[in-house]
Amino acid sequence: MSDVLLALLITVPLTAAVFPLLLGLRFERAGWPIALAGTLATAVMALLLAVDVYTASLAPTTEGQRLVHELAGYPAPYGIELVGDGLSALVALLISVVAVAVLVYDRSTQRPNAFYSGYLLLTGGLFGMALTGDLFNLFVFLEIVGLVTYALVASGDGGESAYGALKYLFVGTVGASFYLLGVGYVLVSTGTLNMLEAQSALAAEGLGYTDPLVQAAFGFILVGFMLKIALFPLHTWQPDAYTHAPDTVSAFISALVSTTAAYALIRISFDVFTVDFFAANPLIAEGVVLLASVSIVVGSLLAAMQTEVKRVFAYSSVAQFGMIVVAIGLNSETALLGAVIHLIGHGIMKATLFMGAGLFSDAYGASTISEYAGLAKRAPYTGGAMAVTGLALVGIPPSIGILGKVFIGLGAIEAGSWAVAVVIFVSTLLTLTYVARLIEAMYFKTPTEVELDETAATESAEHAPVTESTLADGGRDTRIPRDRLAVVVVFALSTVVLFASFGLFETMLEPVFGRFFQ
Amino acid sequence: MTDIVSLLTTRHAYVLFVLLSTIGLYILMADENLVKKIIGLNMFQTGVFLFFVTSAYRVGGSAPVLENGGPYVSPLPQVIVLTAIVVGISLTAVGLALTIRLYNEYGTLRVDALREVIGDE
Repeated sequence: MSDVLLALLITVPLTAAVFPLLLGLRFERAGWPIALAGTLATAVMALLLAVDVYTASLAPTTEGQRLVHELAGYPAPYGIELVGDGLSALVALLISVVAVAVLVYDRSTQRPNAFYSGYLLLTGGLFGMALTGDLFNLFVFLEIVGLVTYALVASGDGGESAYGALKYLFVGTVGASFYLLGVGYVLVSTGTLNMLEAQSALAAEGLGYTDPLVQAAFGFILVGFMLKIALFPLHTWQPDAYTHAPDTVSAFISALVSTTAAYALIRISFDVFTVDFFAANPLIAEGVVLLASVSIVVGSLLAAMQTEVKRVFAYSSVAQFGMIVVAIGLNSETALLGAVIHLIGHGIMKATLFMGAGLFSDAYGASTISEYAGLAKRAPYTGGAMAVTGLALVGIPPSIGILGKVFIGLGAIEAGSWAVAVVIFVSTLLTLTYVARLIEAMYFKTPTEVELDETAATESAEHAPVTESTLADGGRDTRIPRDRLAVVVVFALSTVVLFASFGLFETMLEPVFGRFFQ
Repeated sequence: MTDIVSLLTTRHAYVLFVLLSTIGLYILMADENLVKKIIGLNMFQTGVFLFFVTSAYRVGGSAPVLENGGPYVSPLPQVIVLTAIVVGISLTAVGLALTIRLYNEYGTLRVDALREVIGDE
């Protein structure tokens, strides 16, 4: 079966990326409308793909719901396949939704047309990572995503953003090169780059999963993706990049870039190496669990120690991605279901939190937790949205945060790893500490002197401590633009509403997991 | 002893790959100069490319054109390296552009100095 939607999802944003620069020669503000049209088109297509996959999984055939598009009409072992199944359709849907939302959020910011070209390139690259069924093709998309991310991070003002981007470039390139090396080892041992072909070649008699070549291949791929996902101790690039990037960019990349890298790791672990590989190499599976558990605890601790809000969220990502990767080593279907739900949920929650932080820093110049004092009274909707999302991140029901965590925890107990369940519980408490600090500052603390003066003079829009852009020239109501606020509130509500989406996840993922854990 | 000799005489390309990548990685981590870091990064990537090209080689193999008659060298790794070189060049370009911007802003190429100015943890 050939499904042209898969190819269009990648080519439409990549082609559209030309136009902001091209039309920018004539029209100064051409970038934003083109980017919106491009991302909206992908959103429609991703939705159609998800519906296709969903209906296919309701009536499962022997082939399952695997939609395949052969690029240029070359069949699988020779050509490159694009694959749409429950897992990639969910990730594609997340990418398109976040891309549209962040773009709407970004409307009022004046940006050069090149920014929007980069934005569309990044979207196209992310779709490529989500949909490709070829190991080397994945590397190419990984690097497209990487390159554009470095450029977008560097689009912030001042030298810090360039420094953060360069640090990211060094670490990210090493990560991608390690991945490429792993792909090389797979190629040498199996002679193919197609994921499913490689899987059957590895499973075939003769080579075996305990061959050092195969073990090394997985090792390199794991380290490569750990660098890209930013797991402790390879996370050092991530807080700088997220903190110094413009707010829009940090919302976009925190929600999607590490997410698709984690998705790719899941895809390769289960589609190429399969559960049999982990069963044959218990030491590797335990190693993955151990590394990820350390990442969960240390990431949470580091997040609780930060004073700058964006840094708190950045370190919190280190912990949350640890939880997702832990599920790979657990070899449990329940845990993997939780991991995928958490992958999607974390993307939405982090996008909301970073966008909320962007609203506060634009309107009040607040970037540290102490500067957040009393902000919920002045901006009740933004404060409320951030509080709701923060609690969802902790895992207070009903929210998507609890769904993911509970299933990862349950899977850990099923697999007999009580330690992992304890780690997840401890990390939840630590998450609560940093989220509670934020909520306490917003709702219960009175502003410090500087801000007291300002509250007295409500009309004054000039904010003392930071001279950066305060948006308003009127009262406090206009400080936070309505359209931006709407995006944040809708996203915050969706973290709660998605609690009811469990059945959807289960239906879409069941055929995929049936293949993974056959 | 004979093991090492046979390794060096028959597998020298793989030895070179390991040497190049580890030296490159070491420069990337240990050197404080941004430009040298980028050179290290390039060495590391070149090492990986060398691995691919070596894996494609076979004794007496000819270019994979049908008239030549077999045995052929594997064309796939060479295509991969070609693509990866393009990716590597783009990365070097972006890296150097960022380095120039940092130099214009702070007047230094040294990471330790930059770290002091920016206050990186």
